[in-house]
Amino acid sequence: MIVSVASGKGGTGKTLVATNLAMSLDFPCQLLDCDVEEPNAHLFLKPQIKKEEKVFKLVPKADVSKCQLCGKCQEVCVYNAIAVVGKKHLVFPQLCHGCGACSYFCPHGAIVEEKQEIGVVTTGESLHVDVISGRMKIGEAMAPPVIRRVKEHIRPDMVAIIDAPPGTSCPVIESIKGSDFVILVTEPTPFGLNDFVLSVEVLRKLNIPFGAIINRSDLGNQETEDFCQKNGIEILMKIPFQKEIAEVYSRGDFIVEALPSFRQAFKELWEKIQPKVAV
Amino acid sequence: MKQILIISGKGGTGKTVLTAAFASLAKNAVFSDCDVDAANLHLILNPQVEEKHEFRSGKTAVINKDLCKSCGLCEGLCRFSAIAEDKLNGIYVVDPISCEGCGFCALACPHSAIEMQENISGDWFVSSTRFGPFVHAKLGVAEENSGKLVSTVKQMGKELANQGKSEKVVTDGAPGIGCPVIASLSDVDCAIVVTEPSLSGIHDAKRVIKVAKHFQVPVKIVINKFDLNSDMAQKIESFAKQDGIEVVGKIPFDRRIVDCVTQRKSVTEHPDKEVAEPFKKIWEKIQKI
Repeated sequence: MIVSVASGKGGTGKTLVATNLAMSLDFPCQLLDCDVEEPNAHLFLKPQIKKEEKVFKLVPKADVSKCQLCGKCQEVCVYNAIAVVGKKHLVFPQLCHGCGACSYFCPHGAIVEEKQEIGVVTTGESLHVDVISGRMKIGEAMAPPVIRRVKEHIRPDMVAIIDAPPGTSCPVIESIKGSDFVILVTEPTPFGLNDFVLSVEVLRKLNIPFGAIINRSDLGNQETEDFCQKNGIEILMKIPFQKEIAEVYSRGDFIVEALPSFRQAFKELWEKIQPKVAV
Repeated sequence: MKQILIISGKGGTGKTVLTAAFASLAKNAVFSDCDVDAANLHLILNPQVEEKHEFRSGKTAVINKDLCKSCGLCEGLCRFSAIAEDKLNGIYVVDPISCEGCGFCALACPHSAIEMQENISGDWFVSSTRFGPFVHAKLGVAEENSGKLVSTVKQMGKELANQGKSEKVVTDGAPGIGCPVIASLSDVDCAIVVTEPSLSGIHDAKRVIKVAKHFQVPVKIVINKFDLNSDMAQKIESFAKQDGIEVVGKIPFDRRIVDCVTQRKSVTEHPDKEVAEPFKKIWEKIQKI
């Protein structure tokens, strides 16, 4: 059973919800941090790391003894990641998606694919939560391959909570696809609503059931709630703005532990979601 | 002409509020929004669209089922798991969301049954606003290639600034450290990293600063909502000092700033003049760039 926590806008409280939800469950679960550009869940869960695996992408390299500089590789690469310039064969690893077309079509068998590290996936434990975090290497552009590796750790016999990256494009899709339910976290400002509407479009396109959490629910206006009502979107929870929440969060603690009323609130959140995802 | 980019690593730290404040303070500048994925600056700038351009980028594989012999070669070649057999109907289908448009399958198909179709993945706009010209974009929902759309927006902003002899291009960036952020960093004279005093804020700011440095872009820091955790704010200042990065301003948590957003105004448009004070100080400091 996979539940993703997502939001179009950043900083609305995805990690707050994902980590506190995981902590409030009274059975073992997995938390997968798929925000591999800026992973944060480990700052809260502080897992004891058991394993660290490198994530590679395959990048072509020409064997100069075989390469005839025919330019076939350049012709088949839609990403302009490989080129023959004069008598030189050039590869631009940042542009390469690792599709493998160049090595397949090279008529001289001159292209080998080499592993290039693009990030790491760490696995660890924090109480009853298995924490799996992806971390993209600085300067890398493409998050999806790292996200795919994080998601390979999903165990079908466990509840898996995914902390997704912000936005609506490829890293988000890669993170949330295959989820049984998505919790969309938003805030009641025009920015929050604008991005919430985009997220709703994404989830409708992917055909994944979802509900909303309105964070800092008293800072802003009524428009987000009105939108939910009009569009039949269930509001699963509202979290008011409290300086204490911001403070607990800022130092990397759980609100379900520091502010006891939230333990109950998150339990109720799970009770609302659970019947929706039960197979 | 100088290009200033506002980024943060972590989302929701106040990039757009700061960019909108700069827009309202700038005398002769062009503005652009390089968060094409979940753009927000237009909500404050309220643009009058003058030009709209379709953004075509990338292709998606489409299998012609009349030509497909169900040999399965494409499924085996695709590294993005975008092709699968529809066992019920005995045909192969492409998942357009997983397809990265590499075209490997189309080139390799022995029956020429796969066609690469061009995506219309968004629109970009040149607009006028009460503060000056504005280039922005809207990426189609669940589309990729945001890096290329960001580069288009970035390029247009620069061209407009050159044509209009503007002094600056002020650009709102995307969260994260991936392709949209990298694309927005090109040619930038100064990246302003907006952070907040939390463990995640600091963690993410450090990563995005490394990315900016990796691409040789000078960095300055703004600490937003600094009074929500003064110890953490202090930590940011000491880490900045250690790294030789100037903290160009600290903004307090102020409900009136949220009110400005709710009313789609820049902080300088709030009736209480003091709301905009920290933003004005930052703007003055970065004039030296």
